[in-house]
Amino acid sequence: MADDVLFEFLHMEMVSHIYKEQASRGEMDKDRATCVSALEGMGFRVGQGLIERFTKDSPSFKDDLDIMKFICKDFWINVFRKQIDNLRTNHQGTYVLQDNKFSLLTQLSSGKQYLEEAPKYLAYSCGLVRGALSNLGMDCVVTAEVSPMPSCKFQVVIQKI
Amino acid sequence: MYASTQFFWRFTESSLDFMNSELFTLTYGALVTQLCKDYENDEEVNKQLDKILFAHALPVFPLGYNIGVRLIEDFLARSSVGRCQDFRETADVIAKVAFKMYLGITPSVTNWSPAGDEFSLILESNPLVDFVELPDNHSTLVYSNLLCGVLRGALEMVQMAVDVKFAQDSLRGDNVTEIRMKFIKRIEENLPAGDE
Repeated sequence: MADDVLFEFLHMEMVSHIYKEQASRGEMDKDRATCVSALEGMGFRVGQGLIERFTKDSPSFKDDLDIMKFICKDFWINVFRKQIDNLRTNHQGTYVLQDNKFSLLTQLSSGKQYLEEAPKYLAYSCGLVRGALSNLGMDCVVTAEVSPMPSCKFQVVIQKI
Repeated sequence: MYASTQFFWRFTESSLDFMNSELFTLTYGALVTQLCKDYENDEEVNKQLDKILFAHALPVFPLGYNIGVRLIEDFLARSSVGRCQDFRETADVIAKVAFKMYLGITPSVTNWSPAGDEFSLILESNPLVDFVELPDNHSTLVYSNLLCGVLRGALEMVQMAVDVKFAQDSLRGDNVTEIRMKFIKRIEENLPAGDE
């Protein structure tokens, strides 16, 4: 049973490593996008795995809203140690999940400082959510925005086929 | 247009612990996979996970080491261990307090060298390798090498230079996982810690 802090340290190191790696390879122009997508991709695979393990004994969900509620409650508690503070939806496939004290940002700042660095630390989590939803049958795009830290909003847009 | 909803929830203690440990394990797996993609060979990946100094010092990015230098502060703040008198005490604290606190396992301390400067930690199980199998083309990968870096970084912050490596690895066919730790010297001056 691994302690929570281990994941936080590992996550910090991962972000730092990916960015340093890109910097050392000297490809400064496309580096931002590549770093973010590498982190997001890692989160995606982990999210898929986690949700599989967590829901293998639970009954299936009634509808999309039910799935989103599950993400906001059980999933968020298990991964980020608290639940989502606020969920909004337009009932047409867009959901906004608001976390007022996102655990991966609390150590960074509690205001406007380092705002431009925040996306690096959110990429992995966006991937986690996207991966989890993907394995629950919801294909979507997940983005995040912060202001001010440590509060952030994850926007989930379901992709119509 | 937009509706706002608030929730109450209930969950069981055991399901909370269950998922948390898997988050770390799975994240570590994703990281190692990414490193294997980024670097051509396992040697390079092993280096990245730990950090090894070479005379011609290629820039390496010491993942385990960096985590270790921070983890020690968290450890000292949360446990109430005082300064260790000798290496034997250090070994006990590592096995019985630190490993228990962070990974939920208690390795045994054995195979002390006659001089008392080297010992082994035997891990019956390794949480990092739950769900992991090494594919054939990665047989030299020391998957859990992060642990070596963490131990070295942490001990360096308490003035001990040690050498840490895997002597046996259950992932590569051995019965147990054995980490060999060797005391090199006490770090006297206040060296600036961190990357080159």
